[in-house]
Amino acid sequence: MMRGRMWNLAIYIFLLGFILNLLGIVGHVVVSAFAKRWFSRPLPPAFTTDWFAYAWTNFELGQVLFITLFIALTVVFITLLIGFPAAYILARRNFRGKPLLLLLYFLPLLIPQMTYGIPLATTLYKFGIGASVPGVILAVLVPMVPLAVFVLLPFFEQISVNLEWSAAMLGATRVQVFRRVLLPLMVPGILTAGLLVLVNTISNFELAFLLAGGGSQTLVVALYYNVFAGGVRPVYSIDAMAVIYMVMVLSVLIVALRFVRPTQMVFRLDHPRR
Amino acid sequence: MSDSINQLRVDITKRYGAKTVLDQLKLEIRGGEFVTFLGPSGCGKSTALGIIAGLIPASGGEIWLDNQRIDHVPPEKRGFGMVFQNYALFPHLTVFDNVGFGLSLQHRQVAEIKERVQAMLGLVRLLGFEDRYPAQLSGGQQQRVAIARALILHPRLMLLDEPLSNLDAKLRVDMRAEIKQLHSKLSLTSIYVTHDQAEALSLSDRIVLLRDGVLMQVGTPQEIHDRPKNVFVADFMGFRNFFDVRLGQSMGGLIEGAGKSVKLRARAADDFAAGNDAIMAIRPEDVRIGKAPDGVNRITGKVEFIEYLGREQEAAIGIDAETRLWLRTSEKVALGDSVELTLPPEKIVLLPVD
Amino acid sequence: MTRARTDERSELDVVAILCLTPSLLYVFFMFIYPFLYGLYVSLQPMKARSWSVENYAAFFTDPYQYATIGTTFALAIPNSILVVLVALFLAYGMRRGIWMERTITTILVLPISLGVIFLSEGILGFYGTNGWLNQMLMDAGLMTEPLELTHNFIGVILSLFMQQFPFCFLMLLGYISGIDPSLESSARMLGATPWTVFRRVMLPLIAPGLAIAFALVFVMSFAVFPSAVMVGQPAGTTRTISIAAYQQAFEQYDMSYASAIAVIMGFCQLAALIVIVLVRRRMTIATTMGVGKR
Repeated sequence: MMRGRMWNLAIYIFLLGFILNLLGIVGHVVVSAFAKRWFSRPLPPAFTTDWFAYAWTNFELGQVLFITLFIALTVVFITLLIGFPAAYILARRNFRGKPLLLLLYFLPLLIPQMTYGIPLATTLYKFGIGASVPGVILAVLVPMVPLAVFVLLPFFEQISVNLEWSAAMLGATRVQVFRRVLLPLMVPGILTAGLLVLVNTISNFELAFLLAGGGSQTLVVALYYNVFAGGVRPVYSIDAMAVIYMVMVLSVLIVALRFVRPTQMVFRLDHPRR
Repeated sequence: MSDSINQLRVDITKRYGAKTVLDQLKLEIRGGEFVTFLGPSGCGKSTALGIIAGLIPASGGEIWLDNQRIDHVPPEKRGFGMVFQNYALFPHLTVFDNVGFGLSLQHRQVAEIKERVQAMLGLVRLLGFEDRYPAQLSGGQQQRVAIARALILHPRLMLLDEPLSNLDAKLRVDMRAEIKQLHSKLSLTSIYVTHDQAEALSLSDRIVLLRDGVLMQVGTPQEIHDRPKNVFVADFMGFRNFFDVRLGQSMGGLIEGAGKSVKLRARAADDFAAGNDAIMAIRPEDVRIGKAPDGVNRITGKVEFIEYLGREQEAAIGIDAETRLWLRTSEKVALGDSVELTLPPEKIVLLPVD
Repeated sequence: MTRARTDERSELDVVAILCLTPSLLYVFFMFIYPFLYGLYVSLQPMKARSWSVENYAAFFTDPYQYATIGTTFALAIPNSILVVLVALFLAYGMRRGIWMERTITTILVLPISLGVIFLSEGILGFYGTNGWLNQMLMDAGLMTEPLELTHNFIGVILSLFMQQFPFCFLMLLGYISGIDPSLESSARMLGATPWTVFRRVMLPLIAPGLAIAFALVFVMSFAVFPSAVMVGQPAGTTRTISIAAYQQAFEQYDMSYASAIAVIMGFCQLAALIVIVLVRRRMTIATTMGVGKR
């Protein structure tokens, strides 16, 4: 019994440590964004919101935010459009090449973006859509389409095929089955997939970075450039930009968490249950 | 009241890869009949139903409905009604919308839909439940909604796939009666699938017994129950006693069979001649305790095992080291008792060796 | 006359093909093709005009370049082991649910969603020489000099851990919770102590998920880029292979060489995956043999 209690205590201590860590990291960025000036003190002597205005003008945040949202929403739209039917077929049908197909869809999620990003960027540059918004969209779609498919799959599997069969027996054509039975029941799935793709696109770095340039910088990429460029911009303004980014991500996250549990936001390793 | 049919003729085969799930199932169903597909799980009965519905493509064969071939007609155009084991009610629609779903697909007037839905709900005794959602209904209520949803379209054929399997025992018995009443009242033609022989016996005009995709016997409930044609059907329908015998002479309408531990006489039948091997089978409830007046088919043994069933007991009587006879009786017997049994010849069934 | 139709054909009817084609084509053309193209480009160095493995030769003869392999492994392996062990410890301990589980898992989703850039920026501030951690340690009198936790190897490990631990933990938590709890109960009833239960019942069952988790974490760590730059020493101790690839592509504008480095990176990851699979096989044999041993 003592052993059990000690394990639990250790778990709680570690979790507490991790969470405090996290709060410290996030907190530092937030505090810095609101600091007037801050050197070697626990807290800055004075606070201000000026850095946000500074960041807005100097980092062209208006433009950057617009680009980021445009890219993100376009990606969400396209992934749902082409991922939805694919996930449906994969959930309902069995055929000889299916495991291979699933592997093919899984590869862009398994292989890190940096590894295939370089060849992908090379290809896109060769076709002249390198450093541009369409270039970023095309690149980010590569891991996001499979993500949408794998998020939607279990939602389809939960809808009993008998429901589609009932509708057909009652006279519904394929289109009617889709519109009146499948679509309404897939709303939670579509929302979940859409929100997860949204969050992942906004926070995507490697691919957006490799395809950035010519006014196609997303918020994260702009953040990186300004940190790395270093020394030229006051760190408070950079942190202000980071806070804006954080607010963006958190708002999507909060909405997403209403529909999905945290464990569902990560790869679900399917334990062989059958 | 439904659009009635004269005849459904099927001849279907279904293969999944190397496995044959239905092997040339040939059947004719008359309009107005209540036919049951009966058999253990995996026998292909639900697959056969799915093929008739048009939901599962057949690997071969034909389906004829009144001189029209309907193999290639998609399910939504066949005009059949179907009820599923798990009800398959649309969870996002109310009872009213579920029942009226088929009508709304036909773009009927709102007033007509309302009237017909109300009428149908009245028929299944669910008036007042229009605005509830399936999740708020009990199993029995959900099943009635599923039935109403199918019947409202006046289907030419009703297909029911183990509709009562998810209900508890008492509800099953009640719903059974309702289904039969609706069938008669609305002059339907129905195909019912179940693994429960009591359901099949009580509901059907004819029973189709399937095993591993093969038709084992087709007949009325009496025929299936009293005169099974093979060991599988006999076993499935409750014949618990089987004896391998070599047939001897027949005399006076009775044929002799000599087995390892018994010598029996049964009523002679065609296809069973002297010198052949056969199986003689009898139900536990047909075995009598006591001596028969003419001493035919006497067996003695010791009670080895007793199952208490309330009004009756089912007892295993050991005849010799390897042979047991099952007896069902309301007389009191005790473990270890020696009993004398009689097997009335007219109750013994002759079956071919597998 | 009837046609015997096989069912595999009807499973892939016109509708199925239409539904699968767009996404399939996309993944094929935007993933498989670039890979192949990258391979092709890597074998056509800028200076030579024909097929040549010059890029690869250059990479493996230049210590500045090939050292990146060692550096990257030196980062990826310890990080992966650390992340997976800690995640296993926590996920196993929490398998039957703990107090405030929903809140905890929600908080843990934050690092995954915020992403590496934000976290690295925060790490610079929190763990920096003037950061909160060092301030606290010095104010408390525990240290006289600040700990060097950023702009070095440790900074990168910190950043990688912060990102990957929550991901690995949530994955393993889901996996371990999926194991039938009655297996554990029956082992206990048969007299096994908790440690024995873990070693002989649960661990073999968790092993597949563990292998996958380790593989995913390792592969992600191996490709580390922004962390290595922002909180590491990109010119020195944390010059990873992806930095080398990036520099060739966007600083030297030698796409051919860059593609070669990307290919090498891919091969290293593939090799690691193969090793993991082999080790898994060995372990399975070992445990199943162990059960029967007298």
